[in-house]
Amino acid sequence: MIIDLVWLVPLIPLLGFLITGLGRNVLSKNLIGFIGSGVIFLSFVLSVAIFFALGADANKSHEVFLFDWISAGRLHIPLSFLVDPLSSMMLLIITGVGFLIHVYSAGYMHDDDGFGKFFSYLNLFIFFMLLLVLGSNYIVMFIGWEGVGLCSYLLIGFWFTNDSYASAAKKAFVMNRIGDLGFLIGVFLIFTTFGSVEFSKIFPQAANMMPGHSSIVLITLCLFIGACGKSAQIPLFTWLPDAMAGPTPVSALIHAATMVTAGVYMIARSNVLFDLAPVIQQLIAIIGLATALLGALIALTQTDIKKVLAYSTVSQLGYMFLGLGVGAYDGAFFHVITHAFFKALLFLGAGSVIHAMHHAQDMRHMGGLKKKLPVTFITMLIGTLAIAGLPPFSGFFSKDEILAHVYEHNKLMWVIGVFTAFLTAFYMFRMLFLTFYGTYRGTHHAEEKIHESPKSMTIPLIVLAVLSAIGGVLGIPESLGGHHWLSKWLSPVILHHAEAADHSTEYMLMGITVAGVLVSIFIAYAKYVKKAHVPVPDEAQRSLLGTLSYNKFYVDEVYDAIIRKPLDAFSTFFYKILDTKVIDGIVNGLGWSTNEASKGLRLVQSGNVGFYILMMVVGIVSMLLYTYLSI
Amino acid sequence: MEQLLLLLLFIPLVGAVITALSGKAAKTVALISSLASLVLALILVFNFVSDSSSQFVVNYPWIENLGINFHAGIDGISMITVLLTNLLIPIIILASFKHEYKNAHGFFALILFMQTGLLIVFTAMDAFLFYIGWEAALIPIYFICAIWGGRDRIRVNMKFFVYTVGGSLFMLLGIIYLYLQNPAHNFDIQAFYNLQLDSAQQGWVFWAFFIAFAIKMPIFPFHTWQPDTYTEAPAPGTMLLAGIMLKMGIYGVIRWILPVVPFGVQEWGTTALILSIIGIVYASIIAFKQRNAKRLVAYSSIAHVGLIAAGIFALNTQGLQGAMVQMLSHGINVVGLFFILDIISSRLKTNTIEELGGIAKVAPKLAIVFAILVFGTIALPGTNGFIGEFLLLMGVYQYNIWAAAIAGLTIIFGAVYMLRMYQGIMLGKTNDLTIGFKDINGTEKITLYILCALVIALGVYPKPILSLSEASVQHLLEQVNQKLISVK
Repeated sequence: MIIDLVWLVPLIPLLGFLITGLGRNVLSKNLIGFIGSGVIFLSFVLSVAIFFALGADANKSHEVFLFDWISAGRLHIPLSFLVDPLSSMMLLIITGVGFLIHVYSAGYMHDDDGFGKFFSYLNLFIFFMLLLVLGSNYIVMFIGWEGVGLCSYLLIGFWFTNDSYASAAKKAFVMNRIGDLGFLIGVFLIFTTFGSVEFSKIFPQAANMMPGHSSIVLITLCLFIGACGKSAQIPLFTWLPDAMAGPTPVSALIHAATMVTAGVYMIARSNVLFDLAPVIQQLIAIIGLATALLGALIALTQTDIKKVLAYSTVSQLGYMFLGLGVGAYDGAFFHVITHAFFKALLFLGAGSVIHAMHHAQDMRHMGGLKKKLPVTFITMLIGTLAIAGLPPFSGFFSKDEILAHVYEHNKLMWVIGVFTAFLTAFYMFRMLFLTFYGTYRGTHHAEEKIHESPKSMTIPLIVLAVLSAIGGVLGIPESLGGHHWLSKWLSPVILHHAEAADHSTEYMLMGITVAGVLVSIFIAYAKYVKKAHVPVPDEAQRSLLGTLSYNKFYVDEVYDAIIRKPLDAFSTFFYKILDTKVIDGIVNGLGWSTNEASKGLRLVQSGNVGFYILMMVVGIVSMLLYTYLSI
Repeated sequence: MEQLLLLLLFIPLVGAVITALSGKAAKTVALISSLASLVLALILVFNFVSDSSSQFVVNYPWIENLGINFHAGIDGISMITVLLTNLLIPIIILASFKHEYKNAHGFFALILFMQTGLLIVFTAMDAFLFYIGWEAALIPIYFICAIWGGRDRIRVNMKFFVYTVGGSLFMLLGIIYLYLQNPAHNFDIQAFYNLQLDSAQQGWVFWAFFIAFAIKMPIFPFHTWQPDTYTEAPAPGTMLLAGIMLKMGIYGVIRWILPVVPFGVQEWGTTALILSIIGIVYASIIAFKQRNAKRLVAYSSIAHVGLIAAGIFALNTQGLQGAMVQMLSHGINVVGLFFILDIISSRLKTNTIEELGGIAKVAPKLAIVFAILVFGTIALPGTNGFIGEFLLLMGVYQYNIWAAAIAGLTIIFGAVYMLRMYQGIMLGKTNDLTIGFKDINGTEKITLYILCALVIALGVYPKPILSLSEASVQHLLEQVNQKLISVK
């Protein structure tokens, strides 16, 4: 059966990694591009076949065992894969969007010396990402989890001769590791609670437990910390904007469409556990909402086109967590899918703009590119409409589903969520208007060189634009005459469904959101097109909120002050004082006093034989006495 | 089969003698000898039955009226350390090939002589023999460091020597005490296991042994000899110390403390575990700002060994099995890292991180192997380091969740200092010093490729190693638990 061949899905990209990696200096760029993209296409075809095989099968959960990986005492960790509706859907996204981005990269990276290295890293990333979603237990998931972190590190620091890029890579890895420690401890707790790390052993046991069970609360808290690292939630989100140092296709693939949604995937996968911990769910909802709002507020004033998209990703991930927190796992997962389409599209579009602008990213020097980059403009417009949440584009359906559940959960959270949606529409259209409308603000010399990107870049844009436009069909709600296919598809995995609002409430909520979004777009239009407002230079005076937003609420500076500086101070103190002076001082002191004592003892060795004999006698007598007394 | 074990102990000894006599061909002779030992170790592994028994046992009366026997054998725990020794010695010799040491025959003969000492330590079933091996391993490394070391070698080595000999004396006292308590009046390990000492006695013996072992590893606060010694020793010396010799301390705890004085462990194990965990955090934090890469790796070694010790004192299968794998993995990784730093310092005459940078641009092969070893060291899943650290942390976790949370900081801190070092040396712009750096070649390439292959192979398929020691580890734990229960 085709499902039993699922191990080929990650294996093929791994082979691609080896071929492109080892042959990076031997093979031609065209061949590397062909192999690198080709292996992902093969995986995609296989994933499609598996997806349909699973759809036709009555059994919706297949475990494919490969070999025993780690075992020690009661602990057994097999390397085995789980094919079920959730993972098979993820396979499609990863290999599908991944393939498009590979094709795009062949054009985007064509003039880079590290072309072969780039493709091998991308292939390796796909391999680990597939491992992450296919693992049938938390440890195999963790291999993928940290493996994608490695690739993220390698790709953010791809242009490593730039020291600040290398630092951004390190920051991403370390912040992810903070989350990973939480993940690991969560796994240990799972092992002691359930005696296994296998999904198939854990979830049936958990289904019989009482909500609020203390171990479950702790487990879900730890797993959530792990998710915060990977999916850039407060307080571990600051690495993601810095990660934009990597080449733009990487931002699209890793830092928008796939890796950063791993946290959402993991929580959705563990939905049985999270349903048992309402406290943690509440925490997730609050963190998600706060992240969504904070990301949007920062995105309002950014001038680097990739930074806007980065903060918008943080914000959209916040929405997904908000959905998870209110129990709308399928809604959150729906948003993972649509976000993968439109955010990959937006990043690739931004990449096309950057490519045309010869690596300039500041929107203050763009403007009026609509005519010069027609394909990029049209596709990005579709992406922007999708993220803004206007019907019938995909983002409307997924975001609305989340917000409808939030409304049922808590009205205040809904208000903030909707307000954030308005902000989203505003900053996204601000980006679009600043880039494509008005007049060109760069140098005349540069203007002449601006040209539309090659086909290998525009075709992926067009495909993604189509998906962003129609992706909503996966989950059209019943209130709009659909059957929400996605929800039904996921129902074997996601056991408990959050209550949905009744239809009339849903219409009202949709109406409010759409109206607000339209107003936001209008305001952005009035400001950036009608009045042709251009964001002020870095050093200009800003309002209080503007300053905070522009400086990212000084979160990095705060972390620096409360974590990095104290640790550095400890490091110096431990090394220079405690280690060298105190501990080693005591050791040397012991050595010194031994030395001094031996000077005294030396006097005993006078060479006087009579004295020696005397001491011998004293010794023997005392030994005899000791033996006598101890009997 | 018993000839095999004798052969194991004597090949390096004979190799040392021939090497000492062979003048210019010394390093080749030494390499052949060490490869013969490696082949033999592999033969032993293949003939090893994965149960808890001691195999290939030799037992000859030695000094009969004192009850001293030449009694040695290999169980699963010994097998791992024997494999580690015989795997790393040829690698370390190969790594020394590019150097033209003065009196090379003496240098390589000492390495092989040390190998015999190490192998005695890892196979001895007689406490006296163990002690002989323990000291016999120290003498050669002392000379290696004192003769071929850096500028400050004499002062630093004096401290190292006095420190470790001081520690060994405590152990000697402990051994003599156990001997005197033993009605059979011999040094047999089985007789020591069967002794019925009360907790106070066991407490004293615990500390006598623990101090010796804690110095060797080293465990906080017995570590201050280590960074200086590692930094000043010649590269092969550092590799021997960090790759193999410190495992004597770890092995000693497992073999001579846990089953001999279980009540001592019950009473003082927590203290030892806390010291180990303090060491993890303390050494990691110090490593953050080290300017000398060699010293940075030295401190990171304290952190990693601290985790191994903590896993052992957690007294469960995961912790002990983690310790077994991690001994091997740490050996491989630390030897690789010190070798790379040696390659850099022998080309550029410095290991100061700020003076380097951008080497990845001019030496892409080195960049890759260095990265693999760094990620092995920081325990990325799929590398050898992960298997060990995962099991160790799980072991510590079962002992106490907070201990695991604090010990687990190593996975964050490790990434911080290791990636900082990697970035400082390899990434960024090349400067005037590093622009002419030549990529790895010849024996360097072979050595590093072998090490990297091991990093990944062990990480992907650790089962053969885990199953070597599993039965012996289980048996050891049962032994300890039975003793604890029988008295209750």
